[in-house]
Amino acid sequence: MRGHYRILLGMAPGVGKTYRMLQEGRQAKAEGRDVVIGYLEPHDRPETAVLADGLEIVPRLRTAQGSLELEEMDVEAVIRRAPQLALIDELAHTNARGMRNEKRYQDIVEVLDAGIDVISTVNVQHLESLNDAIFELTDVRVRETFPDSILDEADEVVLVDLSPEELQERLRAGKVYPQERAAVALENFFRQENLAALRELVLREVAEDVEARRQPEALEPLGKQAVAERILALIEPQAKSQRILRRAWRSAQRLGAEIDSMWVRPRGYEPTAEEAIQLAALRRLASVLGIHFLEEDGDDLVEAVRRVAGERGSTYVFVGTPDERRRVEILRGSLLSRMVRELPGLDIRVVADRALKEENVR
Amino acid sequence: MTGLAFWRRRPATPAPGARRLLVPFTGGELDPVVLEAALRIAKVWEATLVPAYLIVTPLDFDLNSPMQQQVAQAVPILEAVEHAGLRAGLAVDARIETGRSATHALQRLWEAERFDRIVVPAPTARGHGFTPKELQWILVHAPHETLILRPEPGHEADGRPTRSLEALVG
Repeated sequence: MRGHYRILLGMAPGVGKTYRMLQEGRQAKAEGRDVVIGYLEPHDRPETAVLADGLEIVPRLRTAQGSLELEEMDVEAVIRRAPQLALIDELAHTNARGMRNEKRYQDIVEVLDAGIDVISTVNVQHLESLNDAIFELTDVRVRETFPDSILDEADEVVLVDLSPEELQERLRAGKVYPQERAAVALENFFRQENLAALRELVLREVAEDVEARRQPEALEPLGKQAVAERILALIEPQAKSQRILRRAWRSAQRLGAEIDSMWVRPRGYEPTAEEAIQLAALRRLASVLGIHFLEEDGDDLVEAVRRVAGERGSTYVFVGTPDERRRVEILRGSLLSRMVRELPGLDIRVVADRALKEENVR
Repeated sequence: MTGLAFWRRRPATPAPGARRLLVPFTGGELDPVVLEAALRIAKVWEATLVPAYLIVTPLDFDLNSPMQQQVAQAVPILEAVEHAGLRAGLAVDARIETGRSATHALQRLWEAERFDRIVVPAPTARGHGFTPKELQWILVHAPHETLILRPEPGHEADGRPTRSLEALVG
């Protein structure tokens, strides 16, 4: 069985994540659990060193990188040791070249898969989706990032909070960095406005995490009912589908919705060279917009939409203006009226073809 | 009456031109003068206008990562350009492309698709758009005819556009 994963999330270095991790480790040990330190970031903080005292430390791996000698967590040794709980600091850390995993969060996944519980730490600025926002707020481009899915997959995300004033006070007291480095830090990353913005980000992140965890539980009796808006954008390998994706994306921003896009390819149909280029362009656009791209085989568009919308919990369908080639379907009662009739519970939005509008104006 | 309307032939969508005119831009704006010129060229040339917003993806992101903030900047501009193109009676096939730099994004685009001519805005006084170095790179590496358009003189002098994109869009 996979181990229990608890992440201690902070707004910046020095808020006390490592301290809290060690406190929790000591508490677990006092309760009779088998606890080891898988990796402790050597911050040279006396308070932290005192707390680590008495906890077993799994020896680190040493590796040479040019003239530097680096130390990394020995994943195999931790798994071999098989404690009940491993304390592993700084999950966003990038391992030295030659280690079995590039990132420490990947090491942690292996430890969890071995059935070992893990408590780890990380700062919000390492979260991949916030990278641009952090850069705008602080002018610092964070290179070590981790995917948001790591937080999603953790069993618990716990906020380690400190007010900006308290953190600055800790810096001035030399509790985070040595005095000479602290002075520079206070003028740069640890400025009051930076810390306030980072704190807002981390509070929002944890609030969203709590909300995301609460919703499925609260709605569990409703089974597969949609818990949020989800858009399904129907596309074809044509230039106008670019606009459908952009329209769907803009609506999703307002609704806070996920988006799927789908091309229903008639069975046995091979796209022309031009269509293949359009499809590739649509895929690229979908990826930059964060849209899931689906390709389904089928001769009945409405039936395919009904099935996929059911599977993915779609609440909205975006469709382009049916074109001349759908005349057969129009004769059968029109595509749109079939959709309205056969897709109850789904909102349908027809994305106008701007080219048609301009033609009418002229 | 409804039946008649039903059968009435719908006005034709502008037919895609056989030739494709690429108008790449970056940095959150496209100079209205450049757009106007690109529209005229596409019209005379009977080409499909391909406005392409180039997004620079930071190194610590995968090239296919969603870039929500930059997309939020790109989409309204692209739609305004698309609207202007359609009003001018052109077929428009807009793109958003990502790369490690503007020129890398451009290279990815022309490796994936065919273009016949490229219209590139020259840098403005405010530093938007391509840098002189990037323009030089484009001139050397573009696999098609390249036309570099200077922004409107007034734009350069006071750092503000003299005509807005909205004015062109109408």
